[in-house]
Amino acid sequence: MSATVAASPRTTDGAAVVRPPTPAGRHRTRRPRRRLGATLGTNGILVVGAAYMVLPLLWLVFATTKDASTLYGASVFTPGGSFVANLQRLLAEDGGIFLRWLGNSILYAGAGALVAAFISLLAGYAFDKLAFRGKSALYSTVLVGVLIPNTATVIPLYLLAASVGLTNTMWAVLIPAFCNPFSVYLARVFSSGYLPDAVLEAARVDGAGPVRSFLSVGLPMLVPGFVTIALFQFVAIWNNFMLPLIMLQDRSLFPTSVGIFLWQSQVQQNPEYSPLVIAGSFLSIVPLVVAFVLLQRFWRAGLAAGSVK
Amino acid sequence: MTVRVDDSPQRLRRRPIRGTGGRTAALFLTPFFLVFLVAMIAPVIYAIGLSLFAERRSGLGFGGAEKVFVGLGNYADVLASETFVAGFGRLALYCVLYVPTLLCVALALALLLDAAVAKARRLFQVLLFLPHAVPGVIAALIWAYLYTPGVSPIVSALASGGIQVDFLSVHLVLPSMVNVAVWEWAGYNVIILFTALQAVPREVLEAARVDGAGEIRAALAIKAPLIGPALGVALLFTIIGSLQLFTEPKILSTATTAVTSTWVPNMWAYDAAFNRNNLPQAAAASIVLALLAGALSWVVSHLTSKGGTR
Repeated sequence: MSATVAASPRTTDGAAVVRPPTPAGRHRTRRPRRRLGATLGTNGILVVGAAYMVLPLLWLVFATTKDASTLYGASVFTPGGSFVANLQRLLAEDGGIFLRWLGNSILYAGAGALVAAFISLLAGYAFDKLAFRGKSALYSTVLVGVLIPNTATVIPLYLLAASVGLTNTMWAVLIPAFCNPFSVYLARVFSSGYLPDAVLEAARVDGAGPVRSFLSVGLPMLVPGFVTIALFQFVAIWNNFMLPLIMLQDRSLFPTSVGIFLWQSQVQQNPEYSPLVIAGSFLSIVPLVVAFVLLQRFWRAGLAAGSVK
Repeated sequence: MTVRVDDSPQRLRRRPIRGTGGRTAALFLTPFFLVFLVAMIAPVIYAIGLSLFAERRSGLGFGGAEKVFVGLGNYADVLASETFVAGFGRLALYCVLYVPTLLCVALALALLLDAAVAKARRLFQVLLFLPHAVPGVIAALIWAYLYTPGVSPIVSALASGGIQVDFLSVHLVLPSMVNVAVWEWAGYNVIILFTALQAVPREVLEAARVDGAGEIRAALAIKAPLIGPALGVALLFTIIGSLQLFTEPKILSTATTAVTSTWVPNMWAYDAAFNRNNLPQAAAASIVLALLAGALSWVVSHLTSKGGTR
């Protein structure tokens, strides 16, 4: 978007500094009431939108404090007294397997995000800064990878993994997690935005080789991009459900998403599983919500970069 | 990988990093393309190979199954399967409901957030974005409970107002699923569109205001068209995302019988592989889905990039 529209002469005298601008004189008399209405209307709708996003989460928080009988029937937004009991039961169920699932999720998402972000950064940097033959053809391959929905490759991945005996191992979940073509695209955007060519040129003049100048000059300047890409990949792996559901049979290898699903599928026969499912859901989103609130700067940067064509 | 140095003199003069080229590029690109090969290309090729064969059991079922080359026979079976076609119909209906709803909600919220009179912008952004931090499984679970009579405050509130709704009935379960996905993804797209809106040159809006356009008029007639490229990206990723539909119906199928085991194509392929033990058919179904999805997103990406460069 490079719409450099010439401002009309009437507005050039400093009006751009003030926002909202002083309205033209004839509007001034009826402005206050209209402004009040607009303020109430705009913020009112935003409050409704925010409530729609937050209330289901609030329901989950309150539901975590209830046992199976008060979950059905009792008024919704009053706390029950079973919060601690629910968490204790959650952590004790099946020999404390929930903590194991949480650990698996952290391992898959943490290791997957770090490795994927690093190799995507390498590739994005190469596509942005290096000249080589076949660059556009290779980059097109990456873009084709972006266009294919993940779930369409899950069953093919399972078939291939089964043929080499890798199903039901953590590698079956980890190796696909290392690959995200969209991260390469993001890394290329970050590399061209954060890393001026002149800086690398200066490093080269100082006698640094291509690898050295990447490691000592490029990488430090790309750290914000690395964090952003790793954050998005972490969330994507943490949220992934179909791949681990299909690849893993041994429940001690499950991530939380598949573990909670296993319990949920028993709720129909035994409602006593409900508090487990709810408390498990609650516990597994707390780290993500905290991470998102603390790392705001990075997901904003990622979303801004992702919308550039 | 056959990346080679491009050492033509003009090229070297223009590029900022000289004397690097092919060998460095190979070093930097190999890790990614290695996992890309293992995690995306090889599985698809293997699945295509597998989909061309069928397992035939000999007459009385004695002895193992033997593999028979059937060409495109599995594809014909998949496309002729009533449940597969019905699943595709549901997926199409889901996309038709979900994509416009999501984009309208996200655009409306982004424009409101960008309005001069909006307060507490940062807080609203975080609150709207919060559901994106919730894994799809858990989002679907929360809403499954919020749809279940007896547990759901929504159902009981509507019932006390004299309205009996079963969100999990055969007719409503698809819109209910759309709602779960809108809840998960609206805030994410609001932030993308809002970021683009912030980049709209203020002089343009000034000019509009001086010409007498109100906030709403300016928002719809000026701001919205100016963020066309961002809208195009949001549209593309929303479509790719909606074609992945698996988690939400899989979770809701634990709460209602209205969602069958072959409800959408992904579930059909899952069912073929793990319940019917027909791996070649599962492979064929996956390839059909990947091809259609890839083709659709390619068309959309070309349409939107053409629209964006106007």
